Amino acid sequence: MHEMALASHMLAIITEQAETQNYDKVLRVCLEIGIFSDVEPEAMRFCFEAVTRDSLAENAVLEIERPLGQGWCMDCAQTVEMSDRLGSCPACGSAKVQITGGDQMRIKELEVA
Amino acid sequence: MCTVCGCGEGETRLEGQAMPAATKNAPHAHDHHHHDHHHHHHGHGEAGVSVPGLEPSRLVKIEQDILSKNDQYAARNRAFFTEKKIFALNLVSSPGSGKTTLLTQTLQDLQKNYEIAVIEGDQQTANDAERIRETGVPAVQINTGKGCHLDAHMVGHAIEDLAPAPQSLIFIENVGNLVCPAAFDLGEAHKVAILSITEGEDKPLKYPNMFAAADVMLLNKMDLLPYVPFDVEKCEAMARKINPNILIFRVSALSGEGLEAWYKWIAAKAK
Repeated sequence: MHEMALASHMLAIITEQAETQNYDKVLRVCLEIGIFSDVEPEAMRFCFEAVTRDSLAENAVLEIERPLGQGWCMDCAQTVEMSDRLGSCPACGSAKVQITGGDQMRIKELEVA
Repeated sequence: MCTVCGCGEGETRLEGQAMPAATKNAPHAHDHHHHDHHHHHHGHGEAGVSVPGLEPSRLVKIEQDILSKNDQYAARNRAFFTEKKIFALNLVSSPGSGKTTLLTQTLQDLQKNYEIAVIEGDQQTANDAERIRETGVPAVQINTGKGCHLDAHMVGHAIEDLAPAPQSLIFIENVGNLVCPAAFDLGEAHKVAILSITEGEDKPLKYPNMFAAADVMLLNKMDLLPYVPFDVEKCEAMARKINPNILIFRVSALSGEGLEAWYKWIAAKAK
């Protein structure tokens, strides 16, 4: 999808933070990409490598965590972890689960020098 | 090039002109500054002993949404709309859903009651903006080039260009695509997803993020229902499975069926 745009946004954030957090070189970038977001990790790696060429994040390792999503089960009235947007509640098997999270796309931390 | 949205020297065009870059975030400026900083550090580092390249690496917390820049621009657009009491809708759909036809019909019917302006997004051509202007409503065309979605920065420039009147309606017709526009907030009051009954009825399940992000679904081309094997109830149930609160209007831009309810919703919301 729009991995190229996302990679450019990432570089903008990393470059901006370099000033306030005082670093010259980024060695590793840790992302959290919820499993319900429309992001292909491999496409993201490819685009990140392309946009960071000749930047402070050139050759940085991209670590991508894919945490499970969350849903509210209307039958057991609790928040449950969901691996499938259309799946049933892992606790009680009910199909009445409303997805409440899992499409986040965040930069968590950087390893810098 | 603006790293926020790829505008500037990229392929994004506003009415055929290159988009002004958001200079504050231009990578060149940053690189340059960064370079200076590096040299500065060399000469006058803390205690004068730091040697670049040999410093141990460290972790820095960022905890920022990747789209936080877009969201800042979106917040700016939204603040502008709120201040001017403008009601803005972001129309999203796959190509061929009848989005532009539905929009031109809506403009023809509503322009006697409202000041309206339109922002048109397409990869190429100004055809849609021209179709809109034929109704007498001002429109600007954003061409995203290779881009698959509008973002809040592009829309901010388009708003400057349009200078919409207070209390007007703004329709933003997004690039035909049921994936990417779901993630980009433009500052609109609501996303309106348009699905036509000549498409698969399971589109809400195939593209769940879009139907989760939309507050309204317009089921278009209802006049073709006798000729296509489309189960309206099933489609609506699938949309509600993804988004229980989604409001659904069955409409036909050609026959006019159902448009009154859509207009009433706009009238109630635009107050």
